[in-house]
Formats: sequence, structure tokens, C-alpha cells
Amino acid sequence: MGGLQVIAFENVGFNYGGGELLSDVTLRLAPGSFHFLTGPSGAGKSTFLKLAYAELRPTAGRVSIFDRDARMMTRDDVAMSRRRIGVVHQDCQFLDHLPLATNVTLPLTVANRTGDAQDLTALLDWVGLGKLADALPPSLSGGERQRAALARAIIMSPDVILADEPTGNLDWEMSLRLLTLLVELSRMGKTILVATHDMNLIRQAKSQLAARVLRIQNRRIQLAGADL
Amino acid sequence: MKLTLPALLAPDRQADRVVPPSGFTAQLTSFTAGAMAFLAVFALALSLASGRLAERWASALAGTATIRISAPPEQLDTQVATVLALLSTTPGVASARALDTAEQRALLEPWFGPDLPVDALPLPRLIEMTEASPGYDSQGLRLRLSAEAPGAVLDDHTRWRRPMAQAAERLRLLGGLSLLLIAGATAAMITLAANAALSANLPVIRVLRLVGAKDAYIVRAFVRRFTLRALTGAGIGTLIAMIGVALLPRADEAGAFLTGLGFQGLGWLLPVLLPPLTALVAFAATRYAAFRTLKGLT
Repeated sequence: MGGLQVIAFENVGFNYGGGELLSDVTLRLAPGSFHFLTGPSGAGKSTFLKLAYAELRPTAGRVSIFDRDARMMTRDDVAMSRRRIGVVHQDCQFLDHLPLATNVTLPLTVANRTGDAQDLTALLDWVGLGKLADALPPSLSGGERQRAALARAIIMSPDVILADEPTGNLDWEMSLRLLTLLVELSRMGKTILVATHDMNLIRQAKSQLAARVLRIQNRRIQLAGADL
Repeated sequence: MKLTLPALLAPDRQADRVVPPSGFTAQLTSFTAGAMAFLAVFALALSLASGRLAERWASALAGTATIRISAPPEQLDTQVATVLALLSTTPGVASARALDTAEQRALLEPWFGPDLPVDALPLPRLIEMTEASPGYDSQGLRLRLSAEAPGAVLDDHTRWRRPMAQAAERLRLLGGLSLLLIAGATAAMITLAANAALSANLPVIRVLRLVGAKDAYIVRAFVRRFTLRALTGAGIGTLIAMIGVALLPRADEAGAFLTGLGFQGLGWLLPVLLPPLTALVAFAATRYAAFRTLKGLT
């Protein structure tokens, strides 16, 4: 990792054309850090994550992704940066006509690195989907889809993992399983940011590692709870 | 990888697979390309046949003229000799000869049958004249004829030749215009089909962007599919049309237009160009549509 932060927000503001959703947000995600992002529905958690992987551009301030100003990035630059950022959504999308294994290796395929897929079986076993490699995505349960999305997000060995409500559709047992996978990734040195409103999950994570909790309130981000 | 035609034709199984299996747009593209190529073959045949016809009419009538001599029977031979003598000293006239009775009978036979008593009829005498290069002064010749042979009238075929050549030329232009319209309609139809396919596959495109696919990769997956479909469809359409043209009756000696509709010699190679041209149109149309769609996505 080159800089002291992988993703940095400096006085960032954002609006969708109406009033500001985020305002004067400053934050640096250091390499290997683990952050939770909380806040009420509609507070701007998903927007914050989209700014972090350049799906959205800030309307004020500056977002740096791997030390590059997001506003100055070309579409190809954005594509290249996403090969270093794994994203997991609550309603993760797949190519429904392709089997799970092909979906998981999709980041390698588009990067023309299919030769790096030899660890696929181990990866699928790690997320508990080893026996479903040939299954089509529509046949997977919510938990299986979330774990498949996580496997797809990390197959390129990204520097950063951004997860938007990854346990939103999961029961507690499955949520814990997914959390365990994220904790293991953090211990491997990955930078992780999880947007969630599940306080039980946050408490469970903080019992296992030093995670910081951020809260979006009044359009700004602040340390929350015990981190204050 | 750059989005070029050679790169496009190189097989890429992985890229092909990311776009879902073909739906109705696949059939629409192939059918459109096939139908348009079929029509294009006939438009091309029409254009080429018109061109040949225009040339034939022009060359058959250009450079020749006829002098018709109507005079009392006792003066007819004298006036014919006078006109022939006059023509032999006229600059720009290569040769001139009087048609004999047999030739005049042959000219009238289609209308009056073979038993026409030409000798008994007060028919005018005809002199066939061939123009040299540079040609003669028709206005000056008419004045000399009216002075020395009052019964002689010069017909340089202009009033026949011009409208026929113009008609054939316009037919050729219409054929060319039809080809352009067919190319435009093909591009429009394939763009519509590509847009429909791109809209139907927006979730696929979003996933590809999310996992780091560059625009060129996504565009290539769609463009390759549409280009190959268009190439296949146009190939089939062209083949069927060429078989149809080949089965048309051959041109008879009179060169009747409809029986002359077809290709000759190297002209048969022109329709073979239609499938790759259609593929090129599909390539450009899909590429344009795909990049335009991607611009709206992050």
C-alpha cells in the first residue's frame, strides 16, 4: 500500500439534486482498519459507500481512492480501482445465467486473470459454498448469495472491502458466519468498512477485534458509542 | 484490448458468456440483416443492370444518325445520290450508306409481316450515317440538306436517346439510393435491437462495472455478438438472393431489361461484399449504442 490511507474523504458533501445528504465529511480509512458505519435509514450510508468506490462523485470536497482524486478519474481508472475494492451489497446482483463458480471468478475474468482462479475451490469452501459451485444464482438462498458476493468481492485479493448491509437479509446465525469471514479478512490485513444498523453485530465484532464505529448524523460522520 | 474488428473476430469464450443467451433481439438482428442483404442484392442487381442498359442504349444510338428522304418517285434516286455525295464531303461524317429494299422490309416486318410489297409503297428512303470524332455540325448539315435535297430530313436520334439514357441513369441512381437506404435502415434496426439488448441487460452491465470491467470489455461482448449475428444473417440473405438472381432468365439478344437483371462477370463478386459491409454497419451501430448506454452508468 502506497499511502497512509486507502480511501480518504476531505470535507465531502453530496446531494442528489435536492438538499445535502452528506456535508463536510472528513474521514480516512487506514490500511488494515475495520470500521462500521451506522445511522438511521436514509441517513446516507449507501451513498457514503458509493462515494468510496466512485459510483458517485462528490458535489463538494474531495474523495481520494488510493491517493487519486475521484473527480479526476476516467472510467477506466474507476474500473481499475474497483479491482482493488471488493463490494458486497445487501441485494447483491449476479449474472443469473452463469453458475456460481463463474460468477465468483467474474472479477478475474474481466481483468483477464483467469489463470489466478486455481484457489476457487478453497475460497468456495471457506465461505461454505463448495458444493454449490455449479448452482445458478437464482437457486441460492439469501445467506448463500451474501457469502457468494463476499467470495466474489475478495477473489481479486482486494485491498478494501466495502459491505452495505451485508446481513440485512440474514438470520442471526448466518450473520455471525458472515461476520466471522469479515473478521478473518481483517486479520489478513484487508481494510474493511461495513454499513449496518445491526448493533448486535457490531457488539459481536468489537468483542473479536478493534473495530471503530462511525455514525452518520445530521449529514455528518462522527465516532459513535464507545468510540466517542 | 482495443475494440477493433480483428480483435472482435478473435474468439473470446469468457467475454461471450457474460452476456446472457440471445433473446428476441438475436433473431431480430439476424432476420433484419438477412432481409436487408436480400433486398440489397436486388437493388445492386437493378443498379448494375440499369447501368449496362444506359451504356447499351447510349452506345447503340450515339454516333449514328438517319437521313429520311421523302420525294416523288422520279426524284428519289437523284436526291439519295445528292445526299450521299453531300455527306461524303461533310466533315465529321465517317460513313454513309443507303438502306436497300431488303433492309427496309426487315425494319417494317415486325409491324406489317414478311409479305409487305415494299416496292409498291411510297416509302421514304433511309440513309444510315456514322459519325466520326469529332462529330459533324448537325445544324449546318440540316441547312445544306434543305438547300440541296429538300426531301431529306436529318434524325440524329437525340430525341430518342436522351430520355432513354436519362431513364436508365435515373434507374441506376435509384438503385444506388436504395442501397444507401437499406444500409441506413439496417443500421437503425440493429441500433434499436442493440439498445433493447443493452436495456434488458443493464443489471448485467452494472455487475460487470462493479467487479472492475472496463467499458471496452463490456462493449466488446455486445458488439461481437451483434456483429456476428449480422454477418450470419446477411450471409444467408445474400446467398438466397444470389441464387434467386442466378435463376432469373438470361438476357435475350434484344437485351430486354427485366431478363437482363442480374450480374455479369466480376459483378458477381459485388454481392459477396454485402455480408462484411453489413457486419461493419452492425459493428459501428452497436458500438455507438453500447458506449452511449455506458456513459449513463458509473
